[in-house]
Amino acid sequence: MKYLITFLTLLVVYLFLAGFTVEEVILGSLVSVVLTVLLANRLNFKVDWRFPFKLLKFLFVYIPVFIWKLILANIDVARRVLSFKIPLNPGIVKVKTNLKGDLGKLTLANSITLTPGTLSIDVEDDYIYVHTIDILKNSKDKNQEIISGPFEKILGGIFE
Amino acid sequence: MTILSYIFLIIGALFFLLGGLGVFRMPDTFNRIQAGTKATTLGAFSIIVGVLFGSVENHLDWIPKLIIIIVFIVISNPVGSSTIAKATYRSKNIPDNLIQDDLKERGEKQ
Amino acid sequence: MIDWLDFVVLSLLALGVIFTVIRFVLGPKLSDRVVALDTFNMIIIGLIVFLALVFDSKLYLDIAIVYAVLAFLETIVFARYLEGKNNDNS
Repeated sequence: MKYLITFLTLLVVYLFLAGFTVEEVILGSLVSVVLTVLLANRLNFKVDWRFPFKLLKFLFVYIPVFIWKLILANIDVARRVLSFKIPLNPGIVKVKTNLKGDLGKLTLANSITLTPGTLSIDVEDDYIYVHTIDILKNSKDKNQEIISGPFEKILGGIFE
Repeated sequence: MTILSYIFLIIGALFFLLGGLGVFRMPDTFNRIQAGTKATTLGAFSIIVGVLFGSVENHLDWIPKLIIIIVFIVISNPVGSSTIAKATYRSKNIPDNLIQDDLKERGEKQ
Repeated sequence: MIDWLDFVVLSLLALGVIFTVIRFVLGPKLSDRVVALDTFNMIIIGLIVFLALVFDSKLYLDIAIVYAVLAFLETIVFARYLEGKNNDNS
C-alpha cells in the first residue's frame, strides 16, 4: 500500500511536468519504479483504508477555508499598509497544538503563517511560537483560540 | 474569457505592488516578513489563475505546469519566511517594541 | 488584443519591484535585505508566468519552475548563513 501511494505520487508529478503522451507514460513508469524501490524504506508515513476519504476531505473542506482565510489576510495587510500611521501591537506567543506527526505540524504552521496577522517562527515538540501583529494582553486562551482555532479542528480530522 | 483573465491579472499585480509597499513601509523585520509573504502568495495565486483563464482556449497543456507552480509556491513560501524569521530571532536582532515575548523564556539551549 | 492592459499589469509589477529594491538598498540589517530579496524573487516569478501569456510560449513556464526552486534554495541558504554567522559572534 505504501509502495503504491509513493509510486502514484511520483508518476503524477512526472506526468504533470512532462506532458501526457504514451512514451512519457512508459518512461515515467520506469523512473518511478526505480525511485520507489530506492526511497520507500526511508519514508515514514502510514496509510490505511481511510486514505481516500481523508484526501477528499483535504481537497474539499480544507482548501476552500484556506483560500478564504488567505483573502481575508490580504485585506488585513492592505488595510494596515495603506493607513497613514500603521497600527501595530506586536508580540510573540506560544501556542499548544494537539496534532501528532510532522506533516500535520507543517500544514498547521503554514496555515498559521497565511492567516491574518500571524507568522509562525519555530516549532518545538507540541508548541508553535507565533508572532502576531495584534496581541491581546493578559489572556492566553483567547490568543490561542484566535490563532489556531479554526484550522486545528479541520486538520485534526485529517492528520489524526 | 479574456476579460476575466485580465481582472485576475490586475488583482494579482495590485497585490504584488502591495507586498512591495509593505516591505518598504513596515517598521521592523517581523512585520516586513508578514506583509511580504501574505501579499506575494495571494499575488502569485491570482496571476496564475489569470494566466490559466487566458490560455485555456488555445493551450490545454499549460494547465498541469501551472498547477505544479502554484502548489510549489504555496508550500515553499511560508517555509522560507518562517526560516528567515527563526534566523532573525536567533541572530539577536529583536525589535524592542514587542509587548510579550514567549521565546525569551525558552533559554539558549540549541 | 488589449495591449494597454498588458502595460497596466507590467507597470504595477515594476512599481512593486522598485519598492523592494529600495528596501534592499536601505535595509539597516542583513535580515531586512534577505526579506526584500525573497519578496523580489516572488514578484519575478509572477512576472515570468505573465510573460508566458504575453509571448504565447510554453518555455517560460519551465523557466518559472526552475526559478521558483532556485529562489527557495537561495532563501534557505541565506537564512542559514545569517543564523550561523551570529551564533559565532555572540
